[in-house]
Amino acid sequence: MNFFTTKRVLILGVIVAAIVCLLPTFTNTWPHKKINLGLDLQGGMHLVLEVQNEEAVNAEIDRTISQLKLDLKNEKIQHMGIAKAADHKIIARISGADNRSSVENLLSDEYASLEIPSVKNIDGGISFTLRLPDKESNSIKKMATEQALETIRNRIDEFGVSEPDIRIQSDNRILLQLPGISDPERAKGLIGKTAQLTFQLVDEQGDVNTAIHGKPPVGDEILYQVKKNADTGNQTKTPFLIKKHVELDGSHLTNARVEFDQFQQPQVGIEFSRKGAKIFERITGANINKRLAIVLDKNVYSAPNIQDRISGGKAVITGHFTLEEATDLAIALRAGSLPAPVKIIEERTVGPTLGADSVRTGLLSMLVGGVLVVIFMVIYYKGAGLIADLALIVNIILIGGGLAVLGATLTLPGIAGIILTIGMAVDANVIIFERIREELRTGRSPKAAVDAGYDRATLTIMDANVTTFIAAIVLFQFGTGPIKGFAVTLMLGIVASLFTALILSKSIYDMILANKQSETLSI
Amino acid sequence: MQFIKPGTNIDFMGMRKVGFIFSLILILAGIVSLIIHNGPNYGIDFAGGTLVQVKFPQKVDVSDIRNGLDDIGLNDVSVQGFGDPAANEYLIRTSSDADTLGNQLADTVAKGLKDATSLAPDIRRVEMVGPQVGEDLKKKALLAIFYSLLFITIYISGRFEQKWTIAGITAGALMAAVYFLSVVNLSMPFLIAAALIVSLVLFWYLQLQYAIGAIVALIHDVTITVGIFSLLNLDFSLQIIAALLTIIGYSLNDTIIVFDRIRENIKGNSNNSMVSDLFNRSINETLSRTILTSLTTLVVLLALFLLGGEIIHNFAFAMIIGVVVGTYSSVFIASPIVFMAHRKN
Repeated sequence: MNFFTTKRVLILGVIVAAIVCLLPTFTNTWPHKKINLGLDLQGGMHLVLEVQNEEAVNAEIDRTISQLKLDLKNEKIQHMGIAKAADHKIIARISGADNRSSVENLLSDEYASLEIPSVKNIDGGISFTLRLPDKESNSIKKMATEQALETIRNRIDEFGVSEPDIRIQSDNRILLQLPGISDPERAKGLIGKTAQLTFQLVDEQGDVNTAIHGKPPVGDEILYQVKKNADTGNQTKTPFLIKKHVELDGSHLTNARVEFDQFQQPQVGIEFSRKGAKIFERITGANINKRLAIVLDKNVYSAPNIQDRISGGKAVITGHFTLEEATDLAIALRAGSLPAPVKIIEERTVGPTLGADSVRTGLLSMLVGGVLVVIFMVIYYKGAGLIADLALIVNIILIGGGLAVLGATLTLPGIAGIILTIGMAVDANVIIFERIREELRTGRSPKAAVDAGYDRATLTIMDANVTTFIAAIVLFQFGTGPIKGFAVTLMLGIVASLFTALILSKSIYDMILANKQSETLSI
Repeated sequence: MQFIKPGTNIDFMGMRKVGFIFSLILILAGIVSLIIHNGPNYGIDFAGGTLVQVKFPQKVDVSDIRNGLDDIGLNDVSVQGFGDPAANEYLIRTSSDADTLGNQLADTVAKGLKDATSLAPDIRRVEMVGPQVGEDLKKKALLAIFYSLLFITIYISGRFEQKWTIAGITAGALMAAVYFLSVVNLSMPFLIAAALIVSLVLFWYLQLQYAIGAIVALIHDVTITVGIFSLLNLDFSLQIIAALLTIIGYSLNDTIIVFDRIRENIKGNSNNSMVSDLFNRSINETLSRTILTSLTTLVVLLALFLLGGEIIHNFAFAMIIGVVVGTYSSVFIASPIVFMAHRKN
């Protein structure tokens, strides 16, 4: 009889394909898709960040208020205060009732996107309530998340992690997976840094001590410079009375890099764009002999005295940095600031030693479990057991090939899924073999018994495995990283075991029985 | 070699009351434990909090670890040995999230422990789950189990009772109800429990006999497994949910083998007075396969339990309980219930 029937060629093809797909994992060969190890096996950091989108909306409202004040001033309209209120509202109290139409014209011309829930007469004037529409605030939030994603991606790229996985997980959450990272805490610091850089003038007129014990003058705020003594580790905080007005911010930066001063202390040199350089020149020219504070995330880093108009668009941030701190700050500034603060709401870091241990124990379990099942099947079913064992080995090869070709990630629970599959995969064969035994007991010939056994068992096996597959699908949908890996291996295991039991082992039986008129069956 | 001789005829239907009583005792013990402990011993996946796994080059006193953590401001901490005592590994757990220590949790802990023990610890693992994430995961876990049960119900009713439409509509309605009620912020555990009870009542009313048998068996398996975890006060984590879902799939696999045989034997025998014998025969005929499949699965699970490392340990344990209880329920719970439902028609 011809050995190479269509069915056998198909089976051999599947097995060869699986082996080919599996090889790149162990050697550097085509098709170059290997089984990826999850973070829990190779070490690394998994983070879920929550972007505080509401802060971005608040910032937008602040900008709107500032712009509105400027526009009113240009129109020569007096106001008694413009303040932020709850639910994305702005309360603008205008002096004099006779300005109503002018303000309304201004609002409809320049602020058409704002809602105006109410206009009321008050003592001395009119009170307008403005509101940022939900559509606008939702759009701002979405853009904040996307921009945060891009900024963080840029920072991670500079940090030098291989194959980072960075993506939006839900509307305001960002998922990061950083494999093989050696300094997770430094990475966290870099990721979480808002890096909002502003240049603000020091209020030379006001008295900082008076402001500390009372209320800062209108338009001023108190910010601190934090210095850490390298020897004692103690921190000292020096207060500054800073004008709230932002003269220049980080959006005009074109570059930032680590430099060293004359004492070899690390510092961060920054360069401005052409427009930024002009602004910087104007600011410094108008404020000679005053102090300009360099503020980063509401911390004063330095407040040098302006000696001359500074052209050329360059400046330096000093601050007793360590080299690492200066490097991280430069990276953060180059990548741009985060549009809103981010908070780490989930972290899972696995050290490389634990990952290696997990791989070792996982493989050991797999080996021991597999060997035990193989031995058991041979003892119980004799020759048929050997066929089942061969099917089991092919099963594992198919799972490995499937993982590689799908680019799926193997996790510790995924290894557990493979181990579980080793025990469950022989189930289909057990069902078939028990059926064959029953057929033999009714007096059928071996060939007839095999045929009938497979026929009757096929539907049962399909029914039984579909339900396990359903559970695996739900698991895949619900699960996070490692659990999802478990679901993947479980699903692959089910598909592979169906193939090996219903097609492969049947084919082997057909081959054996076709060659002789055997009176007995080793089962 | 055969474990079950041909012609074996055990009267499972006659023994069903014994099985029911045994199961009820296990279930009640588990439920009482859950009530006393206010739910399972949630790990940080669900409760939130921070977990650090450290390894020392030599033996260390737990009190030294505690002192080191105290010095860095981490009180309210549990410290326990982890895995093989000779490995000198410890699990540090605190209910606060990392905010109290900023972004330098691992470095701070490492420094504190080094100061306290004069040994450099290897930070093997850090996990921090914020409270909101913990709540989300808890909700998703319960929904996953519920959806899994419903989808399986649809399949069973379709395959064994040819009632795809009724089962599908019923399950769809239940899913919609659970979804809308969950949006209203009802307590998820009670919501799921109520939904399952309503499911059973509906299935009974709609005469989905096989679905009832299967669902009761699955609820039975999951409840007992969770109950044992509560009784032993074992850590309940995401992996345990994975185990529970797998148990659902596995136990059902077993149940379906028996149901399939029952269906086959019913077709060949239209004499209703023989139903009890028919069910018994079906179970006995599939008993060999049932035992064999459980054995091979248990073999690999024991290998995983004994050799797989501490992280996967509880998962393997949950699976072992599930396989044992699932095998038992396929024989002593699912089929007798179908038998009782069948007899009422």
